[in-house]
Amino acid sequence: MRTLLAILALAFASAAFAQSGAAGPANPDPMVEQRMKVLAEELRCLVCQNQTIADSNASLAIDLRNQIRGQITAGRSDGEIRDYMVQRYGDFVLYKPPFQVNTIALWVAPLALLVTGVIVFLIVVRRRRAQPPLPGASPRRAEIEKLLDGP
Amino acid sequence: MRSLKFIVPFVLFLVLAAFFAVGLQRDPREIPSPFIDKPAPPFKLQQLHDAAKPFAPEDMKGRVWMLNVWASWCVSCRVEHPLLVEMSKRNIVPIVGLNYKDQREAGVQWLTRFGNPYVLSAYDLDGRVGIDYGVYGVPETFVIDKQGVVRYKQIGPITPEALEKKILPLLKKLQA
Repeated sequence: MRTLLAILALAFASAAFAQSGAAGPANPDPMVEQRMKVLAEELRCLVCQNQTIADSNASLAIDLRNQIRGQITAGRSDGEIRDYMVQRYGDFVLYKPPFQVNTIALWVAPLALLVTGVIVFLIVVRRRRAQPPLPGASPRRAEIEKLLDGP
Repeated sequence: MRSLKFIVPFVLFLVLAAFFAVGLQRDPREIPSPFIDKPAPPFKLQQLHDAAKPFAPEDMKGRVWMLNVWASWCVSCRVEHPLLVEMSKRNIVPIVGLNYKDQREAGVQWLTRFGNPYVLSAYDLDGRVGIDYGVYGVPETFVIDKQGVVRYKQIGPITPEALEKKILPLLKKLQA
């Protein structure tokens, strides 16, 4: 029992240690931390590409979080900090790609597809409406209705 | 008009298939570097072997050179290391090391053990220069021309193929 407790205590201790190590030195000002978090959440960690800088514990992500903290304290605006990252890592760091020549397809394609879909749908519906009733249907209809109505 | 009904989806399918085929050939880890054809960011660092001596990229102005980011903790640096040693033996190009987020002694020891292909190594303890160069996967190698402009970036270890097909021809062109 005692060993079990010791193991448990160690496990928790190491978990706590890992946490504090991963978080890096937080800024005492909660406003700075808040802005850093918002910014870090729209930036991609390049080491583990499907995580944000806020989520990742890669050492580069920790460095970049500290970099963002430092720049916020130095009075840089969010836009300036974003530009700083793009200058170094390219547009790829942004989870929200900017609207520019090489991303036009990305932004416009969904809307274009939607509009095309609606147009095609309207055309098809119109054509169906304009169609005359099928030839040969009417004589049969009378017969069917007679049957349906019963004796 | 009737045949259009079959041709249009077929062409659309071909276009999609072409996009996928190209997409599958690409390596998602290789991100186009925003540094190509831009001036190499300036910095000033201590040298790994001699803290009293500084190094700045301007010191290499007028020469074609390579900046190789390495660390003693970096496993894949060992993969490319023999290639760098070979290059330095043949005097192909001056290679400057950027010792990235490393312990000074560990770095020096590593070079003693595996050979030192660098004319010198700059010592980037906190990784700030690494950030300025957009380094995210050590090793990385930059080819910088006589005007101090980055002309090529290799992410990850230099492969014999990349060396043969890209780096050596480029160096020849730049040095001419």
